[in-house]
Amino acid sequence: MAARPVMPDELGHFGIFGGRYVSETLMPAILQLEKAYLEIKDDPEFTKELEYYLKEYVGRPTPLYFAERMTKDLGGAKIYLKREDLAHTGAHKINNTIGQALLASRMGKKRVIAETGAGQHGVATATVAALLDMECEIFMGLEDTRRQALNVTRMKLLGATVREVTQGTQTLKDAMNEAMRDWITNVRNTFYIIGSVAGPHPYPMMVRDFQSVIGREAREQILEKEKRLPDLLIACVGGGSNAMGLFYPFLGDETVKMTGVEAAGSGIESGHHAATLSSGTVGVLHGSKTYLLQDENGQVLGTHSIAPGLDYPGVGPEHSYLSDMGRVSYKNVTDSEALEGFKYLSQVEGIIPALESAHAVAYTRKAAPGMPRDSVIIICLSGRGDKDINAVSDILVKGLKQ
Amino acid sequence: MSRIADKFKELKKKNRIALVNYVTAGDPSPELTADLVLKLVDSGADIIELGVPFSDPMADGPAIQLASERALKKGTTLGKVLDIVKRIREKSEVPIIMFGYYNPFFKYGLERFSKDAADAGADGVLVVDLPPEEAGEFKVHLDGAGLDLIFLLAPTSTGERISLVTKNASGFVYLVSVTGITGVRPDMDFSLEDLTSEIRHSTKLPVGVGFGISSPEQVSRIAGYADAVIVGSAIVRIIEKHGENKEELFDELSGFVSGLSRACGIKGERSLSRADR
Repeated sequence: MAARPVMPDELGHFGIFGGRYVSETLMPAILQLEKAYLEIKDDPEFTKELEYYLKEYVGRPTPLYFAERMTKDLGGAKIYLKREDLAHTGAHKINNTIGQALLASRMGKKRVIAETGAGQHGVATATVAALLDMECEIFMGLEDTRRQALNVTRMKLLGATVREVTQGTQTLKDAMNEAMRDWITNVRNTFYIIGSVAGPHPYPMMVRDFQSVIGREAREQILEKEKRLPDLLIACVGGGSNAMGLFYPFLGDETVKMTGVEAAGSGIESGHHAATLSSGTVGVLHGSKTYLLQDENGQVLGTHSIAPGLDYPGVGPEHSYLSDMGRVSYKNVTDSEALEGFKYLSQVEGIIPALESAHAVAYTRKAAPGMPRDSVIIICLSGRGDKDINAVSDILVKGLKQ
Repeated sequence: MSRIADKFKELKKKNRIALVNYVTAGDPSPELTADLVLKLVDSGADIIELGVPFSDPMADGPAIQLASERALKKGTTLGKVLDIVKRIREKSEVPIIMFGYYNPFFKYGLERFSKDAADAGADGVLVVDLPPEEAGEFKVHLDGAGLDLIFLLAPTSTGERISLVTKNASGFVYLVSVTGITGVRPDMDFSLEDLTSEIRHSTKLPVGVGFGISSPEQVSRIAGYADAVIVGSAIVRIIEKHGENKEELFDELSGFVSGLSRACGIKGERSLSRADR
């Protein structure tokens, strides 16, 4: 395996991206968090505790499932699904929340907060807060509380307070603004569990490390099943945590190509989308320098995607770096393609994917047929689609929003 | 010497602290901001913080969030804020600090901005989400253009942070009074004497206290230990109340700011010891 560059540097930079763009009030907390994380990162006792919960509570390792009917139907590469939808709470998000909550608990923090878009990260945070007996508050855009009502109920059942965010576009970006404001105010007793590989250093690194369990398992599993490395990895990218988790352990494997799939919403040319790496420019939001959907005056643009978890104008800084390096290629699929992918996987494999993950499925339908039959694709099936059933049945009746 | 340093020197002779007033540029409208600022100066404001509106003001409470939204709806860009600075500078020598979030400055171009801001007549810049660790490049260009880069310190700041920030700061040091976001806090007691004197051990720069301040009593309390007091959200709320109703807006602002200004005098022992410094 080729040596891979150590990223980020000690100030949290991935090339020109990343860093710590936060107000001074938060700097001491972020430095303290970085120190605490670096201490536990390679601490055998912490690792043992984390592994215990990942196995016994989350249900890891998740299967790497050979999607035989899909493979036959598309007639090209062999397709494997990394089944993060089978993890406890129904998505990959819990890999990270369990790690951060254990860290919070070591740091003596009694209260955790989180932002959420699709509600999966909110549910995963509320879950670990219940598990570890912590007070929990979740920030969610009003628009998202409507389209992901099931997850709002789940969070409340788990004992969390859900704060509806009515500012701005009322989606993930504004939920994150509001969570940051809460953190600035309650930083002394509160741990902010960021759900993506975004935010100020050390979050992009820390979330990547916790999510890397996806790629580590997938690498081992594919070597066992196919006796070889995959040719292509495919994952959806909003902030990009499931993609980073799958990709990271393969970055040194030069033969393994990787594609991140962003949300093209109603189409890139329509302006209603969330495809940051396809059409964004470099800027600073939520604590890090990264590609951003913004206007020529540096104001952050509203985004649109059928998948609330992808409905975000930024992207994790390491993705920006990998994109500029050319190591990962970033494509996009529209709402209607994603919706087709949602139905397709349900009917061909009996697996209802989250709308976010359906973007990866939709892209695979384009990529796989042109690949040789002995080639191998791994899709990160980042979450299950139960949360989307109501929204999708609405859309099937009323049609897509243009 | 910069207008900011001159102003602090002048006020010291008068035994007063500086009254710094914040307004979001472009609220209620880009056309009205310059006149509004001149009105604040007439009423007793010593230094102006001109807010550059941003779509995602993460360190601001509801008052300034809404002001930002109103200003953006009126088409306020960083270029237009520079025009406003120019218009103020034609009529007044009041020190002007441009206050905002990093992205609009970054997008404008740090070198180009520094030059244009100096040409327009600005004196300093304060970027809420730009700690010294990330400020290197901007600082080089601002230094080159002769502009101050003002940094924040907070109640959470450790000794290490205080020495790093003061080493990089120019103009003055902005001490955030609360662990929190901007917004009026009528019941705050502002006991920041210890933190202020800790900061004074690391720097000779003036120390200003801001966030939450809205009454002459609070200003008077802060005049007991700091060099400047910053009042923002309370002014923004008056603007929100009257909108473009210029006469009523200017009347209320004028009364409010002169009340704060009257509380900026330094009394008692501190005034005596200060005269010797």
